[in-house]
Amino acid sequence: MIIRCPYCGPRDVIEFTYQGDATRRRPDPASSDQDAWNSYIYDRTNPGGSHREFWLHGGGCRQHLVITRDMTTHAISSVAFARSIVAGESS
Amino acid sequence: MVELAHATRLHPLQAGNPDVASASVTLADNATRVSLRSRADAVAALSGTLGLALPTKPKTTATSGSRAALWLGPDEWLIIDDVDSSVAADLAEAKVLHSAVDISHRNVGIIVDGRGAAAVVNGGCPQDLSLKAFPVGAASRTVLGKIEIVLWRNAENRFRVECWRSFANYAYAFLRESARDVAV
Ligand SMILES: [Zn+2]
Repeated sequence: MIIRCPYCGPRDVIEFTYQGDATRRRPDPASSDQDAWNSYIYDRTNPGGSHREFWLHGGGCRQHLVITRDMTTHAISSVAFARSIVAGESS
Repeated sequence: MVELAHATRLHPLQAGNPDVASASVTLADNATRVSLRSRADAVAALSGTLGLALPTKPKTTATSGSRAALWLGPDEWLIIDDVDSSVAADLAEAKVLHSAVDISHRNVGIIVDGRGAAAVVNGGCPQDLSLKAFPVGAASRTVLGKIEIVLWRNAENRFRVECWRSFANYAYAFLRESARDVAV
């Protein structure tokens, strides 16, 4: 799999580290809603199609990225800096 | 008389001692190295004290005499110079916010030289090392096998591999083994 880093250009996936689901929305830290926290920590939708996820270009520019990837075909439709996108936004 | 040909028997621990002309793998001289971090607004002042224009484009370098600055990230450079250079002292002159850490002894440099050099590095590095994608003067943090390295192309057929000292045995053995496989 090749990931197109906005800085570095096309690079092999072994330069990157997967950092998890980028669609989760953290509950208010003051919240004591156990169902909401349980859902935040454990529930994953594992879709068959398009999904947003965090990746780190650790073997390169060390920037955190948000990638939209098709979970079936691995086709990547967008790569952006994580800092420019609020986690949990719909893509 | 029947002429017999024998394969040269190598000791199993002899991780390649390539006598092929296509690529050599040797240790670089000791060097001064500084990890420099700063925001974009400090680049001009830091360039002034270093005596070279810090590169701001990915995969590029700038050199002045023995001193070189390698772009590693949007706020990160690796400065390499001769062992007796004054990089840290020069940077201390800059009155702008930055971080300069002397990592001279953290890294080890390995030189891969010869017309098969790119193939030797590609033995463990996935980057496109064609001259179009990785021209002379290009540098990048990347991976070699299972370790992180900084790769710098000094000449068409010459690469400098910088790795952390605890990985140096691995990197050196890996590159020599790779060089043994490259017979171009
Ligand atoms: Zn990158």
